[in-house]
Amino acid sequence: MDVAVDETGDAVTDGAVDGAVDGAVDAFIELDRVEKVFDVRKKTGFLKRERRQVRAVDSISFTVARGEMVGYIGPNGAGKSTTIKMLTGILTPSGGRLRVAGIDPSRERTRLAHRIGVVFGQRTTLWWDLPLIDSYKLMHRMYRIPDARYRENLDRCVELLELGDLLDVPVRQLSLGQRMRGDIAAALLHDPEVLYLDEPTIGLDVISKAKVRGFLRELNTERGTTVLLTTHDLQDIEQLCSRVMVIDHGRLMYDGPLAGLHEVGESERTLVVDLERELPPIDAAPARVVRVEGPRQWLAFPASESAAALVARVAAEYPLVDLSVREPDIEAVIAKMYAGDAEAEKAVS
Amino acid sequence: MTGVVRGSRLGEGLRAYRLIAGMWIRSAMTYRASFVVTVCGNLAVTGLDFVGILLMFSQVDALGGWRLPEIAFLYGLSVTAFGIADLVLGSMDVLGSRIRDGSFDTLLVRPAPVLAQIGADHFAVRRLGRITQGTVVLIWALASVDVDWSAAKVLLVPLMVLSGAVIFCAVFVAGAAFQIFAQDAAEVQNAFTYGGTTLLQYPPTVFGKDFVRGVTFMFPIAFVNWVPACYVLGRPYPLDLPEWAAFAPPLVAAVCCGLAGLAWRAGLGSYRSTGS
Repeated sequence: MDVAVDETGDAVTDGAVDGAVDGAVDAFIELDRVEKVFDVRKKTGFLKRERRQVRAVDSISFTVARGEMVGYIGPNGAGKSTTIKMLTGILTPSGGRLRVAGIDPSRERTRLAHRIGVVFGQRTTLWWDLPLIDSYKLMHRMYRIPDARYRENLDRCVELLELGDLLDVPVRQLSLGQRMRGDIAAALLHDPEVLYLDEPTIGLDVISKAKVRGFLRELNTERGTTVLLTTHDLQDIEQLCSRVMVIDHGRLMYDGPLAGLHEVGESERTLVVDLERELPPIDAAPARVVRVEGPRQWLAFPASESAAALVARVAAEYPLVDLSVREPDIEAVIAKMYAGDAEAEKAVS
Repeated sequence: MTGVVRGSRLGEGLRAYRLIAGMWIRSAMTYRASFVVTVCGNLAVTGLDFVGILLMFSQVDALGGWRLPEIAFLYGLSVTAFGIADLVLGSMDVLGSRIRDGSFDTLLVRPAPVLAQIGADHFAVRRLGRITQGTVVLIWALASVDVDWSAAKVLLVPLMVLSGAVIFCAVFVAGAAFQIFAQDAAEVQNAFTYGGTTLLQYPPTVFGKDFVRGVTFMFPIAFVNWVPACYVLGRPYPLDLPEWAAFAPPLVAAVCCGLAGLAWRAGLGSYRSTGS
């Protein structure tokens, strides 16, 4: 079946064929109980070594539809990169079934390469000593991109990523943010249907981050490119992704909209009120005062509750001068989730 | 069907190799002065190599019963063959560091055979220096040796250089495969490649029998020059080999390539399943 599909094949046709076979028409990325077990050898003596198995990815299943933009988050060593490496064909899964655009990545790595774009945040694929444009010319030839297509894609990337003045500059002279934009463009010249980004905003300043995010959003809405990104920067997720997957210890802890993460993590919003004078802590259950500093008080309340009711109540009963509502810090929410997981594990063992 | 696919894979590999090697040449050209200096330096260093042998012969008339032109013949063959392999695949020892710093992964997401990509890695024109020097010595040796040239002997010389280059290429590939398992093994690989070519510059008669047996049957670089050169020079073979053994180099080269290919496949397979 694999042989029958032609190399240059139309993506849509491929998808349809495979969809029909697999019975899931829209699933562009499919993982079914995918596992990755590493053999880790630890030195225990001069020549003695202890072998231990580590489950980097432990039976993960999910599907991503064409055109989705998904954030993949988790602490270091949670299995994020391992998952990305399996999706790109760099690593072979130890178990389970994995398909990207109907292709088994580890078996048909080079065929898949034409249909995916990969950006490794911390490793550039650009040619250090050569002008930026030379790296793009290499992509043009290596991926056999038709001339017109290449020109069109390059022009678009140059315009949106503001690379015009940088094309003739040797890559070694680019700033980190410029290089990242250059790398993203390099990954998109061959019209990939899915773009994987591993930490695309790491180390970038605020302006560069904004440019990268703006571009990715545009890419997703205009071209319908499926985007899967791993990040430590939760603002990336908040601003880009309608769907979040949280992974820890190789297991999928949460898969759903960003808002839902708050409920799962029992997150709280904070109402900050400035009163006319110092007063004892406000009594407005279920909200509770978490901090008092002179006339200013901080009230925490469940993120799922309406702020309006609470504000009305406080305003009616107390001499209110000013107030503001702070949204929950998603980082804290996730940290809480990890902590909960760790406790649960402790309880089991 | 598989034949066609394999053929196209070879074509793809060569194409990718050409593209990437071209990029490295252009990169080197951005530092023109440095490029000129390294090319000259390379010529000088490899040239000095043979001067060492000349100095030795200013003190002795023969080495293991071999006279200077004959030694020069061995030297020219070995260095030229190795030089070609070194030019083509000489940077495969960077594979270990590519794996350690993670940039090996970026090669795996490209639509081109990894072997071609890693083979062309750090392609350096300065390596022509060794080939130039080896060829000069070889030509001098061919003019100086006292040989009754037959058609077979004439044909054997280019065959030796090419087969030898292929054998060394296979050693480079096998070494690279080994580096995937043991990531810090660039020096082990160098011991076999640079070490191999150095030992072939001396006649087999100066080495112990078991050692010669080892480099004939185990690590068969004896077929780069020793065995066929003995035939050309009309000397006895280092071991009790049949006469046709002199014409075995292409066969040995083919077998080496096959084994190196298997080793590479195993190495890459283990990388992709362990993700070290």
